Amino acid sequence: MPLTTKHLLGLEGVTREDIQLILDTATTFREVLERPIKKVPTLKGKTVVNLFFENSTRTRISFELAQKRLSADTVNFSASQSSTKKGETLKDTVRNIEAMKVDMIVVRHESAGVPNFLTQISKANIINAGDGAHEHPTQGLLDMYSIREKYGKLEGLKVCIVGDITHSRVALSNIYGLKTMGAKVSVCGPASMIPWDIEKLGVKVFSRIDDAIAENDVLNVLRIQLERKAGASIPSIREYHNFFGITRERLEKHSKKPLILHPGPINRGVELSSEVADGPYQVILDQVTNGVAVRMAVLYLLGTMN
Amino acid sequence: MQIIIKNVNLINPQQKLNKKTDLLIESGIIIRIGDIDISGYSDAEVYDFNGKYCAPGFYDMHVHLREPGREDKETVISGCNAAAAGGFTGVAAMPNTTPAADNAETIRFVKEKAQNHLVDVDPVGAVTMERKGESLAPMLELSEAGAVAFSDDGTAVKSAGILRKAMEYTKMINGVILEHCEEESLAGGAMNESEVSTHLGLPSIPTIAEDLIVNRDIILAEYLDSRIHISHISSKNAVDMVRQAKKKGIKVTAEVAPHHFSLTDESVKGYDTNYKMNPPLRQQKDLDAMIEGLKDGTIDCIASDHAPHTIEEKEVEFIYAPNGIIGLETQLGLVLTELYHKKHLSLEQIVEKLSINPRKVLGLKVPIIKEGELANLSIFDADAEWTVDIKKFKSRSINSPYGGKKLKGKPVAVINKAKMFTNGEMKSI
Ligand SMILES: [Zn+2]
Repeated sequence: MPLTTKHLLGLEGVTREDIQLILDTATTFREVLERPIKKVPTLKGKTVVNLFFENSTRTRISFELAQKRLSADTVNFSASQSSTKKGETLKDTVRNIEAMKVDMIVVRHESAGVPNFLTQISKANIINAGDGAHEHPTQGLLDMYSIREKYGKLEGLKVCIVGDITHSRVALSNIYGLKTMGAKVSVCGPASMIPWDIEKLGVKVFSRIDDAIAENDVLNVLRIQLERKAGASIPSIREYHNFFGITRERLEKHSKKPLILHPGPINRGVELSSEVADGPYQVILDQVTNGVAVRMAVLYLLGTMN
Repeated sequence: MQIIIKNVNLINPQQKLNKKTDLLIESGIIIRIGDIDISGYSDAEVYDFNGKYCAPGFYDMHVHLREPGREDKETVISGCNAAAAGGFTGVAAMPNTTPAADNAETIRFVKEKAQNHLVDVDPVGAVTMERKGESLAPMLELSEAGAVAFSDDGTAVKSAGILRKAMEYTKMINGVILEHCEEESLAGGAMNESEVSTHLGLPSIPTIAEDLIVNRDIILAEYLDSRIHISHISSKNAVDMVRQAKKKGIKVTAEVAPHHFSLTDESVKGYDTNYKMNPPLRQQKDLDAMIEGLKDGTIDCIASDHAPHTIEEKEVEFIYAPNGIIGLETQLGLVLTELYHKKHLSLEQIVEKLSINPRKVLGLKVPIIKEGELANLSIFDADAEWTVDIKKFKSRSINSPYGGKKLKGKPVAVINKAKMFTNGEMKSI
């Protein structure tokens, strides 16, 4: 059974069946990753370009490994957005790459909407690896995979995304994907980091972390950007940690402990204390392994559909 | 040269004019209004405009002609051609050129460029030097050179302090400041703030960025008993504030652009940069408030905020694309389709908002349709159906979201300064 979509631009609008198919396919690849020889010939002869306009070593490496394990030919194109802003336009960059006969483009960009734009100027399958504060669908899928791996299901689970929701691309993908799969999604963070009218997406908002811990099966904890200073949404990292950081003491107040996810890289002592980051309730490193499997599944399903 | 216009419906609420008749125009002057037997004028060119309307020439008080500085986007002449093709006989040219129109030379340059064109071009001078909001531009000198109003458009006048001084200063010449209302510390987003921006993950501009400056400006206008004009109003709260201010007798006027009464931020889904402008497309409640404001007179004028940009500049990532769309050649069609045919405004009200009020705000002579007067006329077909074809635009740019849109009502001809534009051609008459 093939996917019903040619591109993976986001999880909004992706059907339950398609998500199910990706997650089930990922399970198969997850087993491949446990073998001594972690390579299958599935995408032999296919060319994939990783087009990264924003630095994200982890996501790029995860995609690259997934491509190599499927035996695809991989090319990395990294451009800092400042150089493309001055020189070649995005359209020309993509047209040039297209002329080299590529089959799939994995794209990361600081502007929301770039993957959609690419579908208009390229014939390749487009995979969104993060666009602005819009979506990061493979992250959403690997989060769902990791949750499903622990709980055996997604339906009916309560999942809360914690942190700077406004500037997050992980939040929307989690919201759309999890809701499609029947989970109940909420967000928690300082009110200045919660985007306008998020409730209209069918999402509950917690402003106290203790309530979020008490009421959820899963906390997907986002990284707090340390760089932002002027015009920052919060007074200080210290205050964030004191009021929203997940610590052992906070978790121990509750008999039922939620599963802790984090897309990485972690700021220890900010959104998670070290004890929690290394503790028994988190699956942070599993997420990394699952990420490769999920990306293999997406690449395989899109790359073999035509 | 003589031309005769037959069977046209003259419409001008200021003259209480609404009748079907003929016009004889000689060397650009209206010689006769009444039944004209064409057999007596064998040399005259005759146009039978049966069923069409003839109003005092339409005036667009908010256009960006881009010259000097960005002639690749538009020139004074190409902008004037777009205006004529769109049914307008006059435009006010905004000062955010390079250099900015903060000096008499630039004002004169723009005027001279348009000197021989059918379309009247009235430059707007900058309020502050380089539109930076720091020191006042020489507004008396700009006025003498031909500036009809002042604006730092693109941004609001930076601080209440400098705006206060500018309002006091321009009061000496009964001048008006055209204000782009946007609080700087809330600006910088790529679309309206709403559940749609949350959904699209785009940085946003809230309506309160507009409301705060509208509020500031109204308070200043009241305190100083000065005039203020709100350019391209787009938020419901701002319309409510202008309505209340008018009730109190504060000298505030306002204009709205067609995209703000015909589109909402839902259109941004799809990330087409031709839906990116500032102020951004708002929500349905705001759109409804624009129509309500037009109906009850809170909003005095309709102006396009014609903002040409090259294809290369617009065909980029959404957050990098410049703000603005062109509007001169779709404005009349949108007004008739969205406001007249949907029964929100009468043709008389439309003539007020497209011809009479903008000139009144700017202190310009309003054309009258009378024997002995210069023929400054816009003739339009209120019912003709057509499809917008961006390839046919006279503007140098094509950044319009309305390509392919079906409209009802279109310009037929414009006459001004002893010239006539009709059927895509300009000629002296
Ligand atoms: Zn403006």
